[in-house]
Amino acid sequence: MSSEAQTTTPLGLRISAVAGLLFLHLPLALIILYAFTTEEKSFEFPPPAYTTKWFGIAWSQRPDIWPPLYLSLKVAAIATTLSLIFGTLAAAALSRSKFFGRETISLLFILPIALPGIITGISLRSAFDLMGLDFSMWTIILGHATFCIVVVYNNAVARFRRLSGNLVEASMDLGANGFQTFRHVVLPQIGTALLAGGMLAFALSFDEVIVTTFTAGQQSTLPIWMLSELIRPRQRPVTNVVAVLVIAVTLLPILAAYYLTRDGEHTAGSSK
Amino acid sequence: MSASGAMAPEQTGLGFDARKPHILDGLSDLFQSRPKLLTLLLLLPPLLWIGIVYIGSLFALLIQSFYSLDDFSGVIVRQFTLSTYAQLLEEANVQIILRTVTMAALVTIASAMIAFPIAYYAARYARGWTKAFFYLAIMMPLWSSYLVKVYAWKLILAKEGIVSWMVNGLHLTWLLDRVLALPVVGGPSLSFSYIGTFLVFVYIWLPYMILPVQAALERVPANFIEASADLGADPGQTFRTVILPLALPGIIAGSIFTFSLTLGDYIIPQIVGNSRLFIGQAVYTLQGTAGNIPLAAAFTVVPMAIMGVYLWAAKRMGAFDVL
Repeated sequence: MSSEAQTTTPLGLRISAVAGLLFLHLPLALIILYAFTTEEKSFEFPPPAYTTKWFGIAWSQRPDIWPPLYLSLKVAAIATTLSLIFGTLAAAALSRSKFFGRETISLLFILPIALPGIITGISLRSAFDLMGLDFSMWTIILGHATFCIVVVYNNAVARFRRLSGNLVEASMDLGANGFQTFRHVVLPQIGTALLAGGMLAFALSFDEVIVTTFTAGQQSTLPIWMLSELIRPRQRPVTNVVAVLVIAVTLLPILAAYYLTRDGEHTAGSSK
Repeated sequence: MSASGAMAPEQTGLGFDARKPHILDGLSDLFQSRPKLLTLLLLLPPLLWIGIVYIGSLFALLIQSFYSLDDFSGVIVRQFTLSTYAQLLEEANVQIILRTVTMAALVTIASAMIAFPIAYYAARYARGWTKAFFYLAIMMPLWSSYLVKVYAWKLILAKEGIVSWMVNGLHLTWLLDRVLALPVVGGPSLSFSYIGTFLVFVYIWLPYMILPVQAALERVPANFIEASADLGADPGQTFRTVILPLALPGIIAGSIFTFSLTLGDYIIPQIVGNSRLFIGQAVYTLQGTAGNIPLAAAFTVVPMAIMGVYLWAAKRMGAFDVL
C-alpha cells in the first residue's frame, strides 16, 4: 500500500502505540493472575500465594454456576440461528439493488447497536409488559436476536458486495434457476462470512448483560450470575475462575472468525 | 418418488437436473422478470422483525413518556400529559443528564487520543505479521466479556489493588491521596470516584474508537503525505492539515460508539464509581424499584435525541463509510 520504510517509525508513535496495547491487555492478564490467588476476601496485590484449588471448587462445589451457563449457551445458539437467517436476508436484499429508502433501512438495522443498550432493554421490557408476555428464555432470545442481526448483516453485506455478478449471470446462462444459483454459486462464496458473523453473534449474545437484565425474568444467564457476584461477592476467586472461563469461551469464536475472514476484508467485528 | 413419475432425471455434476423443468423455475422466472419483488421478499422478514420487535417497542416506550405516575397511588395514568417531561427538567434530573453527557464527552476525547497512535501505527507501519498481531490485539479486548473487563478494573482500582501497590512502591502515595482529596472527581478510593468510572469507560470503549480510526487512516493515500512533505510542510503541519482532516470521519464514527455506550451504561458507574447517578442508572432504578415507567421513558428520550442528532451529523460528515 505504501512505500514508507518500516525503519522510519517515529519513536514516540511506537511508544504510545505499545503503551495503548498494554493498557488494553494488562487488565485481562490480571484477571487470570487473580484466579490463582489464595486471598479470598480482598483484591490484595501482589497475591500472598498461589493455588489452583478454586478451579476445583468452581467445578464441584458451586452448582449455581451450571444452570446460567447452560441457559447462556442455549440463548446464544438460538439467537445466533435467528440472526443468521434475518441478517443474511437483509444483506442479500440491500446489496442486490438500489431502491428508494435503502439507506434508511440499512440505518434501521444498525440502530439496535447505535442506540444505548439500556434503551433496547427498557423498550422491550415495557412492550412485553404491555402485551402481557411472560418473561422467559424466549424474551431473552427476542432481545438478543435483535442486536445480533446487525453483526451478521455487517459481515454478510461486505461479502455480498465483493461477490462477482458475472458468476451469477454465468450460472443463470447455463440454465440454473435462481435457487440453484444461490445453492451452488452464491452460498459457497458467502459461507465463511456467514460463519464468521454467526460466531461473533454467538460471542455477543453469550456476553450480553445490559439488555438481558431487562428481558430476563427469574432465570439468570451467565453474565447476570456474574453481575450478582460483582455486587454481592460470595467467593471472589470463584468469580475469577468463571471470568477466565468466559474469556476462553469468547476468544475462541473470535479467533475462528478472524481466521475465516482474514483474506482481504477485516469486517468481522468492525462494529459490535 | 411418485408412481406416475417418468424416467429418473439425469443428474448433472452440479447435482440438479439441467433439462427437466424444475418446480421452482416458474418462481425463479418470476423473480428474474421482477427483481424488485425478490428484493422485497428478502427484505420483508428482517424488516418485520426489526420493525415490530424493535421499532414497535421503541414507540411503545415513547408513548409512555407522555403518561404520568400518580404520586399517591403509584399507578400509571394513561392520559396524555407533558408533566413527566416537566419533571425531567427538575434540578436533580438535569444534574444527572449533565453529569452523563460530560462524562460521555470526556470519555470520547480521551478514547480518541489514546486510540489515534494505535490506529495510526496499525494502519501505516504494521505489515505482515505485525498487521495481524495488531488486528487481533485490538479485536480480542473488544470482544472479551464486558463484565470481566469491568471486574478487572474493580481489582485494579481497589484500595489494596495493583494501583495502590505501584503508587506505594514509587513513594507517590501522597500524590494519590491528594488526587483523591480533590472535590467532585475524588473519593474514598479510586474505585469509588469519578476518576475510576472514567478510566473504566475509556478502557471498555477504546477498541470501538481504534477500529474506525484505523479504517479511515488506511484510506489516506501515502502519496498525500509525501506530497505534503515535498511541499515543505513539517510533520506537525502534515498531521494537522492532511492526516487529521482525513481521519476525522473515523474519529466521528468511533465517537458514535463511545458517546452512545457511555450515555446508556448503568453497570460501570454502579460497580466502579460513587453513588451519584448517571442516566442509565436513573432509568434502571426508575423502571425497577420505583415503578415510574413514564419518567424512565422520558429519561431514555435524552440519549435517543442526542444520538439522533449525532447520527445525522455523522452521516453528513461521511462517518458511515468507515463503520
